[in-house]
Amino acid sequence: MGMNFRYLPMTKQDEQDMLQTIGISSTEDLFSDIPKEIRLTRELNLTPPYSETKLLNELTQLANKNVTTKSHASFLGAGVYDHYIPSVVDHIISRSEFYTAYTPYQPEISQGELQAIFEFQTMICQLTAMDIANSSMYDGATALAEAMTISSAQTKRKKVLVSKAIHPESLEVMYTYANGHDLEIIEIPEKNGMTDSVELASLLDETVSSVIVQYPNFFGQIEPLAEINEMIKDTKTMFVVSSNPLSLGMLTPPGDLGADFVVGDTQVFGIPAQYGGPHCGYFATKKKWMRKVPGRLVGQTVDEDGQRGFVLTLQAREQHIRREKATSNICSNQALNALASSVAMSALGKKGLKEMAYQNMQKTQFAKRAFQNSGVPILFDGPMFNEFVIQLKDSVSNVNHRLLEKGMLGGFDLGKIDAKYEKCMLVAVTEMRTKEEIENFVKEVGEANDNQ
Amino acid sequence: MTTNNHPLLFELSKQGRVSYSLPELDVEETDLDSIVDSTYLRKESPELPEISELQLIRHYTNLSKRNYGVDSGFYPLGSCTMKYNPKLNEDVARLEGLSYIHPYQSTETVQGALAIMYDLQTSFEEITGMHRFTLQTAAGAHGEWAGLMMIRAFHEKNGDHQRTKVVIPDSAHGTNPASAAVAGFDPVTVQTNEQGLVDLDDLRRVVGNDTAALMLTNPNTLGLFEKEITEIAKIVHGSGGKLYYDGANLNAIMGYTRPGDMGFDVVHLNLHKTFTGPHGGGGPGSGPVGVSKEMEEFLPSPIVNKREDMYVLEHDRPNSIGRVKPYFGNFGINVRAYTYIRTMGAEGLKKASTYAVLNANYIMRRLESTFDLPFTQHCKHEFVLSGKKQKKLGVRTLDIAKRLLDYGYHPPTIYFPLNVAEAMMIEPTETESKETLDAFVDALLSIDQEAKEQPELVQEAPHTTVVKRMDETLAARKPIVKYEFES
Repeated sequence: MGMNFRYLPMTKQDEQDMLQTIGISSTEDLFSDIPKEIRLTRELNLTPPYSETKLLNELTQLANKNVTTKSHASFLGAGVYDHYIPSVVDHIISRSEFYTAYTPYQPEISQGELQAIFEFQTMICQLTAMDIANSSMYDGATALAEAMTISSAQTKRKKVLVSKAIHPESLEVMYTYANGHDLEIIEIPEKNGMTDSVELASLLDETVSSVIVQYPNFFGQIEPLAEINEMIKDTKTMFVVSSNPLSLGMLTPPGDLGADFVVGDTQVFGIPAQYGGPHCGYFATKKKWMRKVPGRLVGQTVDEDGQRGFVLTLQAREQHIRREKATSNICSNQALNALASSVAMSALGKKGLKEMAYQNMQKTQFAKRAFQNSGVPILFDGPMFNEFVIQLKDSVSNVNHRLLEKGMLGGFDLGKIDAKYEKCMLVAVTEMRTKEEIENFVKEVGEANDNQ
Repeated sequence: MTTNNHPLLFELSKQGRVSYSLPELDVEETDLDSIVDSTYLRKESPELPEISELQLIRHYTNLSKRNYGVDSGFYPLGSCTMKYNPKLNEDVARLEGLSYIHPYQSTETVQGALAIMYDLQTSFEEITGMHRFTLQTAAGAHGEWAGLMMIRAFHEKNGDHQRTKVVIPDSAHGTNPASAAVAGFDPVTVQTNEQGLVDLDDLRRVVGNDTAALMLTNPNTLGLFEKEITEIAKIVHGSGGKLYYDGANLNAIMGYTRPGDMGFDVVHLNLHKTFTGPHGGGGPGSGPVGVSKEMEEFLPSPIVNKREDMYVLEHDRPNSIGRVKPYFGNFGINVRAYTYIRTMGAEGLKKASTYAVLNANYIMRRLESTFDLPFTQHCKHEFVLSGKKQKKLGVRTLDIAKRLLDYGYHPPTIYFPLNVAEAMMIEPTETESKETLDAFVDALLSIDQEAKEQPELVQEAPHTTVVKRMDETLAARKPIVKYEFES
């Protein structure tokens, strides 16, 4: 018996009939235009095909080698968080009319996807208090890089001021994009885990295209956006804010504090960590920049009978129409993940969003107090959303190693981004952590510290 | 008068309904006003919908019924490779050990994930003939940009700062010139000849010491194999430029030939095309990038490597173009592609390409006497027809596409590539049965009859969809891009 391939339906007879219609004797004839010198004359060296059962067994075993945020209580955040995912999310995104569809270029048979994106755009506008939001981007970091690029294009200025308190990997991604556009990034130093406003004031002048900060910032602290806005609101400089959208259930939205662009990642709504991707970037801005927005945008219109419907709109911004003059080269978006986030946001609703954000703040405050009471120093004293920094006596990797043995995933090692933060751990406490888990975590960290 | 057949979430909302069940708040609460300045505490909550769980489920279930995927029916959308998305892939991607892992876990706690990534990198190296792969890039366009940034880094390292131009065929996908611009290059067009292939004389004319690279898909966007590829490589390399392979059309050649053997220096793959990642209604995709040995040092950081029995992440790469995405790429999509490759093996992948090409040629030959076929040689996995015969009857390609909706099909890609008038680009993929191909051909032949006998039936199509043709001009002129709440 030869190997069966369940995804390939052609029978020998089908093949013969088709070859006859084409007027050739072998499928090889269809490849005769590939010159001999570049023909592969051997079989590809890959593992032989596995049956469904055997492959699932092997991959399950591989998966089981990984420690997970289900098997261990996780205090790891730093941009990716362990949150409540309502059961409904996976049921909806598993509907194959959604996940096996292409981009909705044919609106007559894509109203489901188009309406879902329209609802997503509306919810992002609600969260951020901005006028418009696009259909999604690869992730928060590339959305931030796009906001930087547009700001520079609009102001015709090459200099960008970026807070050192944004996510370090976002900063790295911005450097790579800046290189492509020949932009100059100047880092605004961070002081006590906050953007240094004195330094910012001294760096600001009429050559700056945008000021970029994160809210809450990478250290978990709530940046004083109103104060920063005061410095730039009467200038042409753009105000770009990267924001955890969950925090906006409790925090004043950047749109009310002067932001021109608000971006971030909706991983916090219904998307598992998945080792870092795919997540889902969001991109929101003011109405006046609508025709500069990268990526896809869904708009409401009517059909020939006057029935409400939705289409991809303002496509003249996009690469398939404008080619090299497009506002961005982005083609895909993260539609399925935007859908997951939409379902999660709909499930939470107005009340649940606030309650979830509130729980994050309360549980974080509780954990912070517990560390203080146990004598572990807290590094910064600003207001926090769901992360804070503790100072250890031992290396973070050693402490995390011991925590792992106790069934916990410790926080992010800040020493990896800056030597001055050696032995400093960024701790995330979401609504998923119980009081017992938090107390246990504080106790084990304390013991690891004392054993030092 | 506008009618609304299907309410928005916000129109279903009623204060007091919930659809969530958060964990208990079991800690002592703090007065947040004493911690956070009132300027930063939100006064009015965002208007997210307040609905029950069943309302939510019905809403989205109804939306899904107003959508069309590969599982709904035939989707011959040229250049998009809308093949079947295997269900096993979805099961594997949802395994707890693969979906609930955090990117900052220490590498010894994610050896299973790293093993998959490493093995997938190696598989892509073998399939494409490239030296080294990164899985960091999020999509095809993202891969194009990262690949071009590497080419830029290569030339800059050699002091070749005058290499500012990227040569792109006139038939290319719009992302090619857009990515070139985002990487800081000026795109230059090379013409297509009468056979639908790169015009070598024109290529010799446009290539010079200012050429950074040529971007090429092979087979090209017309579905034709660039059989002069070794000569093309010689011309570009001879001028000091690099050869960039847009992997959008790799589905035609797996196991037959490899971009690395054709002379390409940088390659990106679209895992949501060739390697069965679902399109998801527009994403997420994944666009790994492979390079030749001399380009390896420029790959984005980090890279997965194997040291003895342990998988590690290499961050220390001084000549890297830097980071292009946080964390490690779209891991969840890469897992699906890996599952597919392991299901198919070398034999299955080659068969997939064989049938993708056979199916396209079969449809093409059945349609060539009815529709204009600008390029008559054997095609690869897709081909381009022109609707210019039908246009003379007053029926445009757009009308034919809309009429296909009434027959239950997703239409082909239309008006692309730009160098064919009234273009219809058809890509059946290997996962469709002969019965499906025949029925689709019959539908197109029948629409051609309709164009002759009752053209208004086609011109006014679709007739059976949940909405009719949309007023796209209105949408662009008076954009409404969110729901307006009554205040």
